[in-house]
Amino acid sequence: MGTLVEEIFSQKAGRKVEAGEIVLLDVDFIMSHDNTTPLAIKAFREIGKPIFDKNKIVISFDHAYPAPNMQAAENQKKITDFMKEQGIKHFYHQGICHQVMIEEGYVTPGAVIVGGDSHSNTYGAFGAFGTGFGSTEIGVAWVTGKAWFRTPETILIRIEGKAPPGVYAKDVMLSIAGLMGMDGATYKSVEFIGSYIDALPMHERIIFPNISTEIGAKCGLITPDATTLAFLEKQTRAAPPFKSIRPDHPHYEQVIDIDVSALTPQVACHPDVDHVKPLPEIEGLPIDEVFIGTCTNGRYEDLEVAAAILKGHKVNPFTRTIITPASVIVYQKALKNGLIDIFHEAGCTIGVVGCGACIGRHGGLLAPGERAFTTMNRNFIGRMGSAESEIYLGSPAAAAATAIEGKIADPRRYQEVL
Amino acid sequence: MGKAWKFGENLNTDEIIPARYNLTIEPKELAKNVFCEIKPDYARFVKPGDVIVAGNNFGCGSSREHAPVAIKGSGAACVIAASYARIFFRNSINIGLPILESPEAAAEIMEGDDVEVDPAAGIILDRTSGKTYQARPLPPFVLKIAEAGGIVNFLKNHDLEELL
Repeated sequence: MGTLVEEIFSQKAGRKVEAGEIVLLDVDFIMSHDNTTPLAIKAFREIGKPIFDKNKIVISFDHAYPAPNMQAAENQKKITDFMKEQGIKHFYHQGICHQVMIEEGYVTPGAVIVGGDSHSNTYGAFGAFGTGFGSTEIGVAWVTGKAWFRTPETILIRIEGKAPPGVYAKDVMLSIAGLMGMDGATYKSVEFIGSYIDALPMHERIIFPNISTEIGAKCGLITPDATTLAFLEKQTRAAPPFKSIRPDHPHYEQVIDIDVSALTPQVACHPDVDHVKPLPEIEGLPIDEVFIGTCTNGRYEDLEVAAAILKGHKVNPFTRTIITPASVIVYQKALKNGLIDIFHEAGCTIGVVGCGACIGRHGGLLAPGERAFTTMNRNFIGRMGSAESEIYLGSPAAAAATAIEGKIADPRRYQEVL
Repeated sequence: MGKAWKFGENLNTDEIIPARYNLTIEPKELAKNVFCEIKPDYARFVKPGDVIVAGNNFGCGSSREHAPVAIKGSGAACVIAASYARIFFRNSINIGLPILESPEAAAEIMEGDDVEVDPAAGIILDRTSGKTYQARPLPPFVLKIAEAGGIVNFLKNHDLEELL
């Protein structure tokens, strides 16, 4: 009996676990990337004990990769030397860590995965417990194979209705962030259910756990169903049988009901993710850079939506438009199906797969006074470069329409739905 | 004893230290750029023993441990906030940066106040106003990590099982 997170923890602990209990759990995988691994190595050396199981360790180069400067190059050499020394084989550098974790089959229902990245909540889309850790604790997990958690209380978000054309999971989740605020779910598990979620394909479901981080959640979870299992079997390297996991007579701390039937496209405005407005209210705001990509919206289907709008159009000459596929697998499919040609012909620049411009390291930094419209999950001050620049967040469709007009634009005009 | 540096609500890790400065893991190097975008005077004038005072959800955003490491490296004695974002909370405990939770102290202590803190006891004294505050106690298992000076030190002498 319990909420989804209580059920996952109970299965893992081999006993009944309830919200509020502190548990020490075996972790299935420990993920970290080029930005967070160096400090984990430092902690590991200081602890001075051997790695518990090197097969649990996954390391991705995606944040500042390929290295844009000497410091990044030196960090990556240090990590590479460490992986060779310790015999760590699960090493990737062809995509954003969270996308790679999914594609490579590490994310399965009921798994407990800790990641040295705050958006590790993403794995909850598959009914896995995923959460972000700092580097030192990643080093601790390498050594112990375990992690402690306070079993969180759960907020249930029930989403009903069919979203109107031009309105995507990104718009729905941004509206939820606006409603709940940046600390609306701090320390909590957030479960997303309802007829809207049931009808969504996986690339859209992923948005909800991914952005649950921005409302402070420890994890964001969706109960696995036939859609989940079909995706895992067909589009990842995960091999069945998969664990069966679902809430059982759960007690929720709070229940929030949302109907998406009349929702419009939404935008998170500078400088906070919860500063959300309906797109029509800020239409026309001039934009210097459009960036489509990230662990939130850099998947094939996101690029497909953007391409459908950009096809036959040119982007505004003064709006740099950068499109960064989330992984090489996404990139190859986009290439094969002609999306990359559409982007090139529209005047876009394709970035190197990875996190790119999202953390202001390389691939599209902003100068003082500039404003970007992106498909990212975070718009904090200075995130993409100058502290005097502004970041607006929305769907890939809104980003594509904005690129064409050079100002925030309603994508529905290009989708023949208005 | 030190001076209070006051910050607002929802202070995120990009504001504590932007990602472009995270390529080093040296505390003193990180401290050179701590709060650089929002309070550049901090890194220039902070003195050992000064305290950081802020509102709700301190340290929200990325998992970067560079944020508490930069604060610790700057010489600050502790952070006093109304509440903490979860990864920042874990990170601070793990690296041995004292963090105190007191919505009253966070609201009432003013920039530049002379503040004395006993992190272990959770007692905050604002010498300027004369008021004393008791921070919310840490859960017992978290206290074990804090008392060891961080998780690395804890693990040198204990197993994780001993936290329970």
